[in-house]
Amino acid sequence: MNVSYKWLSEYLDLTDISPEDLADRMSRTGIEVEDVFVPETGLKKIVVGHAVKVEDHPDSDHLHVCQVDIGEEELSQIVCGAPNIEAGQKIIVALPGSRITGNTKIKKGKMRGQASNGMVCSLSELGFSEKVVPKKYADGIYVLPSEAIPGDSVFSYLGMDDAILDLSITPNRADALSMRGVAHEVGAIYDKKPVFKEVSLNEMENEKIADYITVAVEDKKDTPFYSMRIIKGVKIAESPMWLQTKLMNAGIRPLNNVVDITNYILLEYGQPLHAFDYDRLASKNILVRRAATDEKLETLDSETRQLTKEAIVITNGKDPVALAGIMGGLGTEIQDGTVTIALESALFEPVAIRKTAKELNLRSESSSRYEKGINHDTILSASAHAAALIVELAGGTVVSGAAVASDLDVKNVVVTITLEKLNRSLGTDIKSDEVVSIFKRLGFGVSEENGLFEVSIPPRRWDISIEADLLEEVARIYGYDNLPSTLPIIESTPGKLDDKQRIVRHTRHYLEGAGLSQAISYVLTTPEKASQFTMTESELTKLDFPMSEDRSTLRMNLISGLLDNVHYNTARKNADVALYEIGRVFYKNEDRLLPVEEEHLAGVLTGSLIESNWQEKAEKVDFFNLKGILEGLFETFGLTEPLTFVTDKEREGMHPGRTAAIYLGEQSIGFIGQIHPLMAKEYDIKETYIFELNLHPIIEGEKHPTIYAGIPKYPGMTRDMALLIDESITNQQLTELIYEKGGKYLRQVRLFDLYQGEKISEGKKSLAYTLSYLNPKDTLIEEEVTKAFEKVTQALVEQFDAVVR
Amino acid sequence: MELKQKLEALKEEALEKIAQAESLSSLDQVRVAYLGKKGPITEVLRGMKDVSAQERPIIGSAANEVRDAIAAALESRKEVLELEKINRDLASEAIDVTLPGKHVPTGQSHVLTQIMEEIEDLFIGMGYQVIEGPEVEEDKYNFERMNLPKHHPARDMQDTFYITNDTLLRTHTSPVQARTMDKHDFSKGPLKMISPGKVYRRDSDDATHSHQFHQIEGLIISEDITMADLKGTLEVFAKKLFGAEREIRLRPSYFPFTEPSVEVDVSCFKCGGTGCNVCKQTGWIEILGSGMVHPNVLEMAGIDSTKYSGFAFGLGPDRVAMLKYGIDDIRHFYQNDVRFLNQFKVKE
Repeated sequence: MNVSYKWLSEYLDLTDISPEDLADRMSRTGIEVEDVFVPETGLKKIVVGHAVKVEDHPDSDHLHVCQVDIGEEELSQIVCGAPNIEAGQKIIVALPGSRITGNTKIKKGKMRGQASNGMVCSLSELGFSEKVVPKKYADGIYVLPSEAIPGDSVFSYLGMDDAILDLSITPNRADALSMRGVAHEVGAIYDKKPVFKEVSLNEMENEKIADYITVAVEDKKDTPFYSMRIIKGVKIAESPMWLQTKLMNAGIRPLNNVVDITNYILLEYGQPLHAFDYDRLASKNILVRRAATDEKLETLDSETRQLTKEAIVITNGKDPVALAGIMGGLGTEIQDGTVTIALESALFEPVAIRKTAKELNLRSESSSRYEKGINHDTILSASAHAAALIVELAGGTVVSGAAVASDLDVKNVVVTITLEKLNRSLGTDIKSDEVVSIFKRLGFGVSEENGLFEVSIPPRRWDISIEADLLEEVARIYGYDNLPSTLPIIESTPGKLDDKQRIVRHTRHYLEGAGLSQAISYVLTTPEKASQFTMTESELTKLDFPMSEDRSTLRMNLISGLLDNVHYNTARKNADVALYEIGRVFYKNEDRLLPVEEEHLAGVLTGSLIESNWQEKAEKVDFFNLKGILEGLFETFGLTEPLTFVTDKEREGMHPGRTAAIYLGEQSIGFIGQIHPLMAKEYDIKETYIFELNLHPIIEGEKHPTIYAGIPKYPGMTRDMALLIDESITNQQLTELIYEKGGKYLRQVRLFDLYQGEKISEGKKSLAYTLSYLNPKDTLIEEEVTKAFEKVTQALVEQFDAVVR
Repeated sequence: MELKQKLEALKEEALEKIAQAESLSSLDQVRVAYLGKKGPITEVLRGMKDVSAQERPIIGSAANEVRDAIAAALESRKEVLELEKINRDLASEAIDVTLPGKHVPTGQSHVLTQIMEEIEDLFIGMGYQVIEGPEVEEDKYNFERMNLPKHHPARDMQDTFYITNDTLLRTHTSPVQARTMDKHDFSKGPLKMISPGKVYRRDSDDATHSHQFHQIEGLIISEDITMADLKGTLEVFAKKLFGAEREIRLRPSYFPFTEPSVEVDVSCFKCGGTGCNVCKQTGWIEILGSGMVHPNVLEMAGIDSTKYSGFAFGLGPDRVAMLKYGIDDIRHFYQNDVRFLNQFKVKE
């Protein structure tokens, strides 16, 4: 809400309080002020002019040559293109050397041969937003009132020398969505009592409201209070400057005197009002009810609204004439010829208003107040004030009384709190009389007895209803800066990471040490990517109302996000990418309300791990780089169950000859491999290797404790063997057999060479292993090792037809 | 005494040759020539059988003396030559020490993780537990249990991605509060938790808005927790995260689940409070939302609000990182450009 400093000064003496100080104090005490701005800032030399003579430009079909009195001895000639300029008008003149909005400098010049000493301005050229400029002047210059004095600066006429405080009002402080509410708040801060002028309304005693209108409400819950007043014989016209500028500074477009007054009262009281053209209501009986599903209403913005049962409508007994609390109907709008006004002031149920406004996507100044609540105490006095103003500005007379349908009991709410509780909650040592004075500053009634405060809250602060609310009021006025700083003195508790958190942190550190950086990708993705590379079958979890298809579905894998990252990088010439991510994937589960969230770990490698340098050449990463990282990581988990890699030719999106399923014992926990070239093409990436694992089996898996085995006292022995075998036989088959037949002293089998090529026959490969033997209790005997080694070679020959070399 | 003279002559001759030897191999030739099995001294000693019994010990000891003298000379010459060789080798082994070292490739944690971990560790040190919760939440936990019933206007403060009427992507980490309060046994001590994680808002992505971001939430509930405790705890926090000279100030605010609610500003860590572009000339940076847990939130968890009280706070690691490092685009966090990720190597 935009609050005018000058307007606020009508209620409170703000002498010695600058707008900036006020903003700071308000922000520190209760309501955040986002910005303080003075509309005239950055503008200069813009004055009132009197268009004495306006003639058509001889060489143009739309320009005018104007002789303008700018308060100097001689008239000044200005060329103006506005269609609405006329002789006799008071206009806004930007003099030569002036600055208008956007830091635009105005110079003397010639327009089609005619000298022009400046420019006649529209409001938007002074920085007014298009949405507040009165429609009449929207396409042309603005016309000032006739009493404006030529040569005077225009800023005071237009309220541009005012300071505007942009308040960011939280939903709980809707009481400050009005000038009166803000005045009370500022009054509490500075310990000043706001003063509001008494309004006297002259009603015509011989004209009774009942002869003009009756109001009825179908559901008092929806509409706890409904009232109408009638003002006769008004003359619709433009509002005076003071009213227009107040509205424009608050961000509301002036329309005509009657509508402007309803908006003015809305701003002053926070009470939404609506003015109907009484004659166009075509009925003397108003009924407020829920809309029927087939009903329609054309609202003031010329939109035809399809109504639902949720909507509360004002009807003329038959048809809807307004959408309650949100917007009036076009059919009963105030027009230039309107003479009798039916002025509504009401209270509607917040949730109903909120639902309808949301459903119709129609938020208005009214609905935003109704849905947060309004002051119950000023519903009728606000409309009385409005009626008095209408008489003052639009003429006419007020019919006596108001037609009212009410179920409203307006009274103060009493909330209690003890001094002891207050100090115990805040950690303070505030004295009783200080608390009393804070409540008084807030304008609350207060009595204190034996440390118990009974606080009587006026209806204008409907946000306060419980003890904690009082605590906040005291704390903020007392000042948060004055609170002491302490640390809780309570029973101590151990703080530590749980097993999962420790494993996750450890995994991160390991992978970082291995050259992978942590990525955090978007969880929301396309349905297509969400279901790629999945490890568990599941339906998709989709958003009900996504912003875009690209971010519409919860991921069921991490790889697709990492591949997006690879693409993003390689498209920016970062050819070497080594990333990992730890995050959740989401599987739908029909038996549960919420999807299953599974913690996954994934990694990606493309390009090289190191760049070429003076000592080594960059080598393209391959399957075994990534596998080695994973094997190393698993060694550090100390899992009891073994980790195995099993050829996986079927996995979608993966290279059929370069992919392995990963097993922990019997359980499949993930996979590793190269992205299928066709999939890589889809992502527009080069040769890329990935893995993805479900972390839960690792977190929950049985771990073996570290048992120190001592350092071997006796030397070991090694034997090398080279095997020429059929290429279909795997390393795993060979090493398993070697271990099986290796004898009790075999400790390790290490592959140190693999050859396949010209030097050996096709369909064959050669593998070379080093076998390490150790007897922890004695020196190994050469013959025993030889015997064990021969047993192994024999088995290899028998089982795999190996040629041992 | 011919032999003795012969020995002396041999000694002189050998010592001269030792002194002249210029390499370890030529020195070794001298050693073999004089002290070897076929060398002249051995020969002399072999000829002892022809010497008279009285002369034998004299010649014997003379021969030993000569042999020892030659051996000593050989040894000292060897040391000199070895040192010369080492010096020569060292000269030839010299390298350009300014050539780059051989790097082992390493990666690093995401900057957001670094910030969250720093906060986690600080609070773990103060006896808090790290507790995580689901990212897809029930409306009940995300809103209702946070004192935001359906159709509450404050729901507008958080644009929400709904999945169904009752389920949604959590808009804040606060639902973890409710879930943890439900489970906590206060007979076993106070509840102290910190909860980091991803959160989501229905927003169009641009430089300052992201539909996905992070929050870290803290909660303490016990008997007699005061607002002064909140202030003191957050002061410790601000000094740890932003520097020992930082100050904080509280400003009233509104969160439906706390009352009183405050925003917490930290004195600007760039200019120290004098005013700069980071703090928009105010000297203060808004960092945290916080407040005393609303009695309704306690009561909904079955906690007696007349006996227990607590405070909660939350902050956005994305925002903290942006401020701390001057990162101008929030999307950098989720695009994972390696040139971005690799900049956060220094562990502070």
